[in-house]
Amino acid sequence: MSTRAEAAQGLRLVSPTFLYVLVMLAAPLAMVAAFSFWTQDYLIIDRTPTLDNYRAALGEPIYRTLLLRSVAISLTVTVVTVLLAFPVAYFVAFRVKRQQALWLFLITVPFWTSYLLRVFLWKVILGYNGVLNATLMGMGFTDAPLTFLLYNANAVVITLAHAWAPFAILPIFVALARIDRSLLEAAEDLGDGPFRRFTRITLPLAMPGVVAATLIVLIPTMGDYITPRLVGGTEGLMIANMIQIQFGQANNAPLGAALAVTAMVVIGTISAGIFLIGKRLGGRLT
Amino acid sequence: MNETNGSAPMIELEKTVKRFGTFTALHGIDATVQEGEFFSLLGPSGCGKTTLLRLIAGFENPTSGSIRIAGHDMRGIPANKRPTNMVFQSYAIFPHLNVAQNVGYGLKRRHLSRREMAREVGEALEMVDMAGYERRAAHELSGGQRQRVALARALVMRPKVVLLDEPLSALDKKLREQMQRELRDLQRSIGITFVLVTHDQEEALIMSDRIAVMFEGRIAQMATPEELYRRPASRRVASFIGVMNFLPARATGETQTGLVVQIESLGEVVLPSHTIPAGLRVDDIREVGIRPEMLTVIFDDAPGPRHSFEGQVSGNSYYGDMTYYDVVLPGSERTVTISMRNTANRAVVRPGNPVRVGWSAESILLFRQED
Repeated sequence: MSTRAEAAQGLRLVSPTFLYVLVMLAAPLAMVAAFSFWTQDYLIIDRTPTLDNYRAALGEPIYRTLLLRSVAISLTVTVVTVLLAFPVAYFVAFRVKRQQALWLFLITVPFWTSYLLRVFLWKVILGYNGVLNATLMGMGFTDAPLTFLLYNANAVVITLAHAWAPFAILPIFVALARIDRSLLEAAEDLGDGPFRRFTRITLPLAMPGVVAATLIVLIPTMGDYITPRLVGGTEGLMIANMIQIQFGQANNAPLGAALAVTAMVVIGTISAGIFLIGKRLGGRLT
Repeated sequence: MNETNGSAPMIELEKTVKRFGTFTALHGIDATVQEGEFFSLLGPSGCGKTTLLRLIAGFENPTSGSIRIAGHDMRGIPANKRPTNMVFQSYAIFPHLNVAQNVGYGLKRRHLSRREMAREVGEALEMVDMAGYERRAAHELSGGQRQRVALARALVMRPKVVLLDEPLSALDKKLREQMQRELRDLQRSIGITFVLVTHDQEEALIMSDRIAVMFEGRIAQMATPEELYRRPASRRVASFIGVMNFLPARATGETQTGLVVQIESLGEVVLPSHTIPAGLRVDDIREVGIRPEMLTVIFDDAPGPRHSFEGQVSGNSYYGDMTYYDVVLPGSERTVTISMRNTANRAVVRPGNPVRVGWSAESILLFRQED
């Protein structure tokens, strides 16, 4: 088969997906981008290009605060999730000998219930009269219920870290499981103890999985609005909540679009940075 | 080799046993490898040779028995503290490091200056003929080059023992033969003890000073390549090393000069006493062996060996320099394999033709029936 025929066949194979992506993703994105340069007065859209929306998005303290808080929360969630996911992935990849499939299956069990239910469960656990406070008081560790648990950024971090754990565990597991065991023996043979072997071989070779896990958690949590809405209180609100308000109650879709584009650019830049650092670490961490 | 340099024992295995659950991989191995020796563990897959190598390296612990290296008991000493370095079957080249970083990997802990480090790595690479490849990435190396880098990475550590786990099995035939010679020459010139694991008897014969032939977790025979080929201790070793013709036989009497043996199709012959292995019970003889090159097709009427028989060629395989004949023995349906060098005045005998085959009593081999 000639290369041209192969290319044509390849194109035919990807064309349904390509079409889907075009209609469902590229077109709406273009719409959002276009909106961000327009202005809205009640129900009338004025299509004269303007940068006013971006001036507001970047200049007004409320938006800046929300944007920075979103970045801070999603970065914290990512770090916590990946740090907690790594040992689990490591355990399943290296210590579980016969029942790896069962373990991976168990890791996905939380997905059997809806995300909303899981968020509400965290409300029950972290609440003023919740499971955690009741336990702590019952055991005499605290006299009054702790109030820093729910309706703030901490609650958002805890809930999101739990929700995204499987997404972080799986890519790290795949990267670890792919490491040739003789490489670890070779490192040991050449004088490395367990710790050095981990930092010089295991971690650099697991880096692609760690980077994938980082991006998989970071990008969606940045735009999450259900979790902050339900457990975040006012201090836990994130940029996505504001975008939703702009498109809805505030009736200012162009400003909402500008906020969305800004958030996308910020998260895109951070992701690219993480990707490049990970690539470098994967090669140089010796 | 080891007798001539009269050196000290480097590896001493004493009643080394290894069990995995209910499976016994090694049944009490007793062996000594001398300093500077090229020692091979040879056997079919699953015979325990790799397990034994891993015990020496420290990747596994013996269930019982002891392992001493350079006079020190290795009990409880992990692989990273042992004076051994391994060349893995897969080579285990670190994929995220370049050649220099791979070779220098183990030197990192020795806190050398950048210059010393580069010199050590350079010397090791030169030894394996890979000078100038320092900056190459791991994935840019061919199979033979990976093998050399793996060897350099072990040698740069200046180990007392280099352990090689089937290091040549992934290479093609020509490269493998070249590497066999290079590896042996390198070992002779630097004088480090090498322990090689292989299932390839030819490779073991070519490279080793001494070979331990292993079957089912036991050493069947430990000897020099020549002794192993010429005097296999058991029927199994005899059939594992090279090609061997087995013929039914029994001892019928003894004379002052040797043992009288009745061999099927060949008749009665007196085997000289010095060819009879010590400890062999005469009553246990049920078979004798003879190598294909010890049987000679007689092409002319020149005075040949003392003994000969008339057979018929049933098949031949032409190898260029050699021809292998299958010859049916007189008065039987049994065939023997005969190898003949193809010299200028010898024609290849076609199947169906009769041939006269010469042999001598000295080339008849006796061995134990069981290991």
